[in-house]
Amino acid sequence: MVNKCYPSATAAVGDIGDGATIMFGGFGFCGIPDRLIEALARRGVKNLTGISNNCGLGGRGVDILVRNRQIRKMVATFPAQRERTPFEEQYLAGQVELELVPQGTFAERIRAGGAGVGGFYTRTGVGTPLAEGKERRVIAGEEYVLEFPLRADFALIHAYRGDPYGNLIYRGTARNFGPEMATAADVTIAEVEELVEVGELNPEAVITPGIYVDRIVAVGRAP
Amino acid sequence: MRGGLTRQEIAKRAAQELREGMYVNLGMGIPTLVTRCIPTGLTVFLQSEHGILGLGPPPPPGQEDPDFADASRMPVTVIPGASLFSSAESFAMIRGRHLDMTILGAFQVSARGDLANWMVPERGVGSIGGAMDLVYGARRVVVTMEHVTKDGNPRIVERCSYPLTGRECVDLIVTDLAVIEVGNDGLVLKEVAPGETPQEVQAKTGAKLALSPELREIRV
Repeated sequence: MVNKCYPSATAAVGDIGDGATIMFGGFGFCGIPDRLIEALARRGVKNLTGISNNCGLGGRGVDILVRNRQIRKMVATFPAQRERTPFEEQYLAGQVELELVPQGTFAERIRAGGAGVGGFYTRTGVGTPLAEGKERRVIAGEEYVLEFPLRADFALIHAYRGDPYGNLIYRGTARNFGPEMATAADVTIAEVEELVEVGELNPEAVITPGIYVDRIVAVGRAP
Repeated sequence: MRGGLTRQEIAKRAAQELREGMYVNLGMGIPTLVTRCIPTGLTVFLQSEHGILGLGPPPPPGQEDPDFADASRMPVTVIPGASLFSSAESFAMIRGRHLDMTILGAFQVSARGDLANWMVPERGVGSIGGAMDLVYGARRVVVTMEHVTKDGNPRIVERCSYPLTGRECVDLIVTDLAVIEVGNDGLVLKEVAPGETPQEVQAKTGAKLALSPELREIRV
């Protein structure tokens, strides 16, 4: 019987090596794959490229990896917070790289990466520094820029409930980038608060179909 | 009375732009305050770019749910009839021009409606979030901000010196001193704060203002 369950977060990230490109779900503090990131921190792998909306904050999420100096580069939409973060310090000191992406372009590039779309034209960014060096095209009288897909070696995401086939549902604003990231990595690892039996999830309610998920690990609900 | 509008009053004036049934995204800062200024009886659907249509008020103390937060990481509720979705869906909504309006903060707005609101060059790093998508996606872009910087320099300028968020995208500017429309031929002063004169507002503005024939005092 197909069973994508792993016994622990540590086991689930056990083959992530130095230099890997990794998508991390989460927006602010919602939907961060905390247990998987902690396991990655313990593993101590280096020179990682992270693809994540934020670059970590308050000792959670990517912030742990940044403080550990495991990150070489981030692709992100919101790296600078009101308060100065370790990522910002390292970036300004020239110790990490940053590719800044508007959030809709970020989400769509990931969607394209997972859907086999080779690129797309968008108005977002036209006339700004972010359009510099990008191919432009006028479509129906409006200017667009060409954006390319984003893919990763691994995607680490957090979901509310999942089953051994990898079907997932999310809760509230913790969904954010999870469904798209799940489609855009060679290996997608989902931590779920509750693991249920095959058949328990209503097929009408499944958000991420199991085909996109390679590994699943139950981590319980955060206190 | 002098001194211009408070931040809350700027939000209240911006809220007067809302109409029944509108779908609206509110940015950080003063726009967040608009949530509390929606006239009673008006149904407006607030969109949050990380996946809510139908953002509600903050929960009562002790009932915060870590899975329900707004874009500023503050706990929120959702209204009855709300929907939840992924970020890609959310930005398809935004970029596909389905939103009626966005209300955003700004560092600078130019005479032709260019907006700069994501990076102060001296800091060396900025955050874009959803702003670049919203300015071209929403059908109407309203900016709320203080009229001048802390040092007294105009934020409404001939050309933005800060990196742009979008080109020729702003429709209306609401500040503590004035309400200004971005017209085809430049900026039009529509309303001035109580106690302010058009001449005083012009003196604190870095671009030429035309006076609206219906120029009046801001009422909040």
